[in-house]
Formats: sequence, C-alpha cells, structure tokens
Amino acid sequence: MTVSTAELMKGNEALAEAAIRAGCQAYFGYPITPQSEILEYLADEGRRRGMIVLQAESEVASINMVYGGAGAGARVMTSSSSPGISLMQEGISYIAAAQLPCLIVNVSRGGPGLGTIQPSQGDYFQATKGGGHGDYRLIVLAPSSVQEMADFVYDAFDLADKYRNPVMILADGALGQMMEKVAFRDYNPKEHTPAKPWATTGKPRSRERNIITSLFIEPEKMEQINIRLQEKYAVIREKEVRSECFMTDDAEYGIVAYGLAARVAQGAVEIARSHGIRAGLLRPITLYPYPSDAVRALAERVRGILVVEMNAGQMVEDVRLAVEGRVPVTFAGRMGGIIPSPDEVFAALENLTTQDVALHAETY
Amino acid sequence: MDTVQVDPIAEGLECVYARPADTLTETRLHYCPGCGHGVVHRVLMEIVEELGIQDQTIGVAPVGCSVFAYHYMNIDMQEAAHGRASAVATAVKRLHPDRYVFSYQGDGDLAAIGTAETIHTANRGENILMVFINNAIYGMTGGQMAPTTLLGMKTSTSPGGRTIETSGYPLKISEMIALLPGVAYVTRQSVHTPNAVRHLKKALLHAFRYQKEKKGTCLVEVVSNCPSGWKMTPGEANEWLEKNMFPLYPPGDIKVPHS
Repeated sequence: MTVSTAELMKGNEALAEAAIRAGCQAYFGYPITPQSEILEYLADEGRRRGMIVLQAESEVASINMVYGGAGAGARVMTSSSSPGISLMQEGISYIAAAQLPCLIVNVSRGGPGLGTIQPSQGDYFQATKGGGHGDYRLIVLAPSSVQEMADFVYDAFDLADKYRNPVMILADGALGQMMEKVAFRDYNPKEHTPAKPWATTGKPRSRERNIITSLFIEPEKMEQINIRLQEKYAVIREKEVRSECFMTDDAEYGIVAYGLAARVAQGAVEIARSHGIRAGLLRPITLYPYPSDAVRALAERVRGILVVEMNAGQMVEDVRLAVEGRVPVTFAGRMGGIIPSPDEVFAALENLTTQDVALHAETY
Repeated sequence: MDTVQVDPIAEGLECVYARPADTLTETRLHYCPGCGHGVVHRVLMEIVEELGIQDQTIGVAPVGCSVFAYHYMNIDMQEAAHGRASAVATAVKRLHPDRYVFSYQGDGDLAAIGTAETIHTANRGENILMVFINNAIYGMTGGQMAPTTLLGMKTSTSPGGRTIETSGYPLKISEMIALLPGVAYVTRQSVHTPNAVRHLKKALLHAFRYQKEKKGTCLVEVVSNCPSGWKMTPGEANEWLEKNMFPLYPPGDIKVPHS
C-alpha cells in the first residue's frame, strides 16, 4: 500500500509510513504499548519497501543498534514508550556525544514505573533536559495531530543530519492510537541526505580511518568536545525554534500547552471566547529548543498565563523561566494517563482570571 | 645515554617478520607488560592486511582494557557502550553486508553486562565475528571478579577467593553460544606461546572466511592473561594460565561449520 492522497490512519502508522518515505534505511525496536504499531507496520510495509527492520532483544540493544547504524552512515531510527525510553538513556547519551544523527520516537505513557498504557506528558523533563548522563540535548519535536506525527518524521531526519544530533519525536499514547486524516508530502530522501564522510564504511587508502566514539579520556579534550556541543546547541536554539499561536493577537490571557494538551487547550480557548474571555493559545512545537522568546512575547501582552500539561507540571518551569515574573503563571494538569477536558482547562483559566482580578484589587 | 638506531637489514640480518604497517598504527600500546591484548590486536590486523581487506573491515571496540583498540587498529571502528558491541556490530553488518565486521570484547563486556546482546546476536546468526578475550578478571577497573573468574581465584571483589555460595560458577559462555543453531564457528585459543599464537591466527583466518561465506556467527575466544590483575610476572601468568585456566577453558574447536 502506498498512500498518496489523504488517508485515515493511526498516528503510529502514519509515523511509520513517513519513516519509509523519509528514506529511513533501518529500524531497530522492541515492542511496547502504545507504540507497537510502528514496529508492526515497518516489519510488514517497511521490509517490503527495502527497509532493514530488526526486532531487538531489548530497548538497550535497539538504541545501540541505532548507534551502530547511524555511525555506519545510514538514516536509522527506533521507537518506544516511556519505560523503554528510560532503558535507552545510556545509549542516547553516547549517540549525542558521538554526534550521530538518528530519530528516536517516544509515544509516551503514564508513569512513573511500569505505570499505565494511557497517554501522558510525564517524560518532558527526560526528553528536553538531556535524559541520560552528561551535558547534552536532543532536538525535541512535539506533534499534536496524526498529520504532524507524519510531517515531523521528515523534519526530524533533516534536523538530525543537519546537526549530527539525535532528534526525538515526543508524542503520547493518544496521538499514537487515534485515527485522523493524513497526507504525505512529496519528499525525495536523496535530495535531503547529506554525504557522511565521517561514517565507518570501510577505510579506503585515500582517507584516514573513521572512528565513532564518545570516549575522550583527557579532560582538556573532553571539555573541548563539550564546548563544541554547547556551541551547536546555541545554533539550534537560534535557528530551529518552532511554535504556533492560536487567537493570541488580542488575548488577555494566554494558555501554553503542547502536543495533545494543546488540542484540549484550544477547545478551552474557544469556550472562554464564548464566555467573553479573550484567551489565546501558544503551542510550542520544538520543546528543545524551547520557544522562550514567543512565551516572553506572550507574557508582555497578556495579564496571566495558564500552563496545561498531562503531568504534574514540568514545562511550566520553562514557561516561568521565560516569563521571569512579568505576569502570574498558573498550572493545570492531569497525571497518570488522564487527559484533561476542555471544561477543566476552562475552569482553571477562569480561576486565573479571578486570581488576576483579586491581585489587581489588592494593588488598587 | 643515547640509543643508537641500527638497521638490522643493513647489518646483514634477514627480515623474518615485519609488523603489518598498513593496518597497525604507530601508536604505542597502553597495555601492561605481558598482556595478551597486543598480540591479539597484531594477529587480527595481520589477517586484515594479508587478506587485503582494510577497506572492507569495520571493527567495534568494547569497554574494558581494549577500549582504545581503535587507537591501534588502522581501520574504521566504532566504540560501543559497555556490553553492546555485538548490537552495534549487528547494525553495521546489516547496513553493510558486504563488509567484514567484528567485535572485540573482554569477559566482563561479552559475558556479564552484554550477555543478552551476545546471545541474541549469536541466535540471530549475525554474520559477524566476536573476538572474546577471557582473562577471568576486570583488568581496567583494577582487578575485580569477572563472570569467568575461576573458583577459589582471588580478586579485589572476591578477596577470599571466588565461592559458589556467593558468586556461582565461572561462566563458559563459548560452550553456551555453540549450542545455538545460528552459530557457525566457536573456538578457544590462547596467546601464551608462539605456537598458540600461530593457532589463533589460523582460527581467525577461518572465521574471516566463514564470514565471507555467510556461515553465521563466529566466536573466537582467546584465553588470555592479566599479569597486573593476577599480580604475577608475565612469565608466571602464562604458566598459571596453562595450569589453572585450561582445565576449565580447554583450548580447541568447540563448534565447526558443516562443510
């Protein structure tokens, strides 16, 4: 089956189909709910269309196969869900240190621990602050629709190759499982895949040997590597930030939410508007680099900001860092695999407006 | 006193051995005196040079004493996380099936932390070579007990000697691996005498040929020494190896492919 026009597809399947179309040469993964459809789709459709698809013995093996495949110069990926992504963290740190391009997909679920298989955003810190040991960052893309589950795959591979950096698509179980219409963009992998002269492909006489490593035993050298990584992240922060605004132009109150929570928040904005509250939504698309400037610009226009997440309050810390106390920032979230309803979010927004009135009453 | 460089050939001596100049770098080995790693590195690279496959060979280094194997082997190499060399090698081989791919791992790497990767790589019958250095100790971290440490053997974490009660039995992973149908060739060699080195070279040559013929996974175990970790002179270590290691880890082929 080759999809060209809009089709109704599951998020996981749309992502897998996009991976084939993005020229992903190899997939290494281990089954875990709620993302096993990615492995299943690729084991069938991917193999049929020439992809190497290997069901590994563990997530640990998977991520180290990704290291090997990326180091050998191929476009490669893995996918998992929260507990499996935790298992991969050592390998992800090595990949970041060795500066290898790859895609890691986290269709996250509620935790901590074995948790639940229901959707959650509890892995925000893990995804955006490094996750494994040492000072490194992933580029993190947060889709909020099945269409973006597909679109961000191409973007992820392009960014990974551009910066020689691992890229994570941070979705959740609902985005993976739900069906929506999706169309696949025209994309020729050959035009998007740069030469990789650093890869281990077998050393001809014409060049020095290529070594893929994350070991730099002399601290002076290790510091230089760290400085180089930080310089790269600075460029990424400057050039690759993405976010989207919904009805923020005349907004008095802002909501900041990403992924599935942003869809709920958009519903809450519409309810608020119908009640005469001028609310707007800022949706971060890149969670790293974080759209701090957009959050700051929002803070300069509104009287208060509500952060909505499907966790105990993680991204809210980045919002507060960007807002720097300009306006009150409150938080509304559900945990453990519960999706908040638009009404709940609207109630939290009303709370913020009342608090705001109270604050202003105190001031006057 | 300055050392005087003498060209032995100019002095009329016949050259009977030269190091593989293309495949071994000039970098001075960091290994302890008497350690077997240097010899195994050299033999491996001799084969790559003699077969003329420098441009077709990709190695994967472990974490352990041979973590810097890529400093010495003048081929494309990847440095894997501890225990994961065979997973890394699997991916390299799948993406470059026409290349010779080997992992080079110690006993802690291959038989403790990487056991799952070792067994499943072998069980998939990946067409790679695993070179397995077994010296029954963790050398790099200072001489701790390994999965292959002999019963009664003293290490820094088995100070009274390894006991079954606290640590179980020495793991004969090569024999375990040989049971798997995906595995073509398992042999146990050593490098403690010139004759043993010649046998190792033959075994490694077989393994490279089997990889070319896509026979399945090959594992060449090298029973080696650790004079520093064993707290012996190199000579004592080699004698101790023959007397104490060989009874449990006897040299010779464990599995050979059907011709």
